[in-house]
Amino acid sequence: MIEKNAIVKSVEEIQKGIFILKVESELSALEATPGQFCNIKVDDSLTPLLRRPFSICDVEGNIISFQFNIVGEGTKILSQKKKGDILNIIGPLGVGFNYSGNYENAIIIAGGIGAAPFPFLIEKIPNNKNIISFCGGRTKNDIISYKLKNVITSTDDGSEGFHGNVVELLESEIHKYDKAKTKIFACGPNPMLRALSKFTIENGYECEISTESVMACGFGICQGCNVEGVHSDRFLLVCKDGPVFNAEDVKL
Amino acid sequence: MSGVDLSVKIGSLVLQNPVMLASGTVGYGNEISEYTDLSKIGGIVTKSVSLHPRKGNPPTRITETASGMLNAIGLANVGLEEFIKTKIPFLKNLDSTLICNIAASSIEEYVECTKALDSEETVKAFEINVSCPNVKDGGLIFGNDVNNVRKITAKVRAVTNKPIIIKLSPNTASIKDFAQAAKDEGADAVSAINTLVGTAFDIYTKKPKIKNITGGLSGPAIKPVALAKVLEISRNVDIPIIGIGGIMNWKDAVEFMICGATAIQLGTVNFINPNASEEIIEGLKNYCLETNLSKISDLTGSYLI
Ligand SMILES: Cc1cc2nc3c(=O)[nH]c(=O)nc-3n(C[C@H](O)[C@H](O)[C@H](O)COP(=O)(O)OP(=O)(O)OC[C@H]3O[C@@H](n4cnc5c(N)ncnc54)[C@H](O)[C@@H]3O)c2cc1C
Ligand SMILES: Cc1cc2nc3c(=O)[nH]c(=O)nc-3n(C[C@H](O)[C@H](O)[C@H](O)COP(=O)(O)O)c2cc1C
Ligand code: FES
Repeated sequence: MIEKNAIVKSVEEIQKGIFILKVESELSALEATPGQFCNIKVDDSLTPLLRRPFSICDVEGNIISFQFNIVGEGTKILSQKKKGDILNIIGPLGVGFNYSGNYENAIIIAGGIGAAPFPFLIEKIPNNKNIISFCGGRTKNDIISYKLKNVITSTDDGSEGFHGNVVELLESEIHKYDKAKTKIFACGPNPMLRALSKFTIENGYECEISTESVMACGFGICQGCNVEGVHSDRFLLVCKDGPVFNAEDVKL
Repeated sequence: MSGVDLSVKIGSLVLQNPVMLASGTVGYGNEISEYTDLSKIGGIVTKSVSLHPRKGNPPTRITETASGMLNAIGLANVGLEEFIKTKIPFLKNLDSTLICNIAASSIEEYVECTKALDSEETVKAFEINVSCPNVKDGGLIFGNDVNNVRKITAKVRAVTNKPIIIKLSPNTASIKDFAQAAKDEGADAVSAINTLVGTAFDIYTKKPKIKNITGGLSGPAIKPVALAKVLEISRNVDIPIIGIGGIMNWKDAVEFMICGATAIQLGTVNFINPNASEEIIEGLKNYCLETNLSKISDLTGSYLI
């Protein structure tokens, strides 16, 4: 992991409120693992003070993409970046998805902006695997399927696809896939991950989840991103031990 | 002319330059060493160590505020035994001056920790944390009572000949009294300040943004308060001061030294710019050249009031 100034190549609003930021950086992009993140200083000012963490969405040569929605001041500033602007970035950080193994079906579960890390994962998953992407949102406008494969959708209000949440959608579809040959990769809000973990643990599915936490540093020195571990009497750090965990290893 | 003398003295402790890394903001040095050359800094103060391991507070432990952040980590640390076994060996190889910060929930615990670490050659000085706002047992309970600070300083003094720095809380009416008590009982220096007690609420859930309800405010938001505390000590007590609070760049560091600091510590800035220490050292050197200062120590307390 290193700290680098990256050059903004483009910021594109791919659908209402959802942005793709592309930066050019020598930042060991090649060594990055899907699920890892970068910690970005959105500008030089003291407010916002801290860096903002974003999953690596995609890597093409020396171009890294991030996918984000506007939450507060930091993401608003990021959405207004122009080609040629400089962004100071630390990364790649944390532990990403483990996509090796002899599963045949890679099931992706994305809740809203939780779709962000999956274009890169899909690119890295070996070609002989079957990839299915379950994408959920509150309404059809909240569904993000940018660069995802074989998308099946769900909405809380029934405006598109399955009427219900994405975990309920998974539960209704999963019988189609051989449990022993299936691995689930998920990212989304904590309540979704909690429900998913409960399901996968009770039913014995292999499942990795990408979690979120407030962060100050992103590389293990502030102790601010703690999460309760299952097998450990100390807290785990989302930035260093995660953000990707085996579903059975963390209590969200 | 590159002949600027950046070294400073804190009691018998000589630092190659006045820039140190503050306790709790650099762990035990290993992570930040990937971003900055720790052999170049004045010293590193390790995360507060307590006699027994502490898990710290449950999440959420931090939240950002205007030009600052609140934390209620709750002194999460590996405990004395593990610190000696696994952290000291790494710190030994750092080639940096190591200052051990100690936190405790009783006076006896401060003494026991100091005693145990006194024989560790790598440990060059102690910083006694009597000012953590985030634990119920200890910390501020001591830091708010000048008699406790007096007692702790005296008892710790009795078990070590290494320099002792008492880390003071800004959450008191008169910080100079605490500095005076530390000096009277034989402390070599004081460091000021630890974080200020603060809180933040979510206006929709009406819940505190950190689980502990209150946390310690740090970062640029606290710099004016920290400067005033350093100045207050400097004008009233003859003891070396290590200035801490919201330092983001070399200019802030210079300002602290003018207000009376012999050395400074970097905290929150490490999270944002893990290479800040090297940049600040470079900036201090250039400032000395620019202003014809041959010794940076001449800057300490050079205020004109
Ligand atoms: C490992 C990781 C990966 C992430 N990846 C993405 C991504 O790919 N795309 C994306 O849109 N978002 C992602 N997020 C969430 C993103 O970091 C927040 O949306 C962003 O920090 C909000 O900043 P703000 O200034 O706009 O919001 P504000 O609400 O103004 O921020 C205030 C503070 O809260 C923190 N904060 C607010 N929301 C979150 C959150 N959900 N998670 C963590 N900290 C938060 C901010 O960092 C900041 O310190 C990720 C978070 C983590 C921890
Ligand atoms: C996340 C965090 C953890 C801290 N932990 C400790 C600690 O364990 N012991 C201690 O003496 N000070 C601790 N501090 C206080 C800092 O050392 C410093 O005094 C304070 O943050 C003010 O400096 P700053 O504004 O440069 O951060 C901590 C501060 C932060 C932000
Ligand atoms: S964000 Fe600082 S330790 Fe994880």
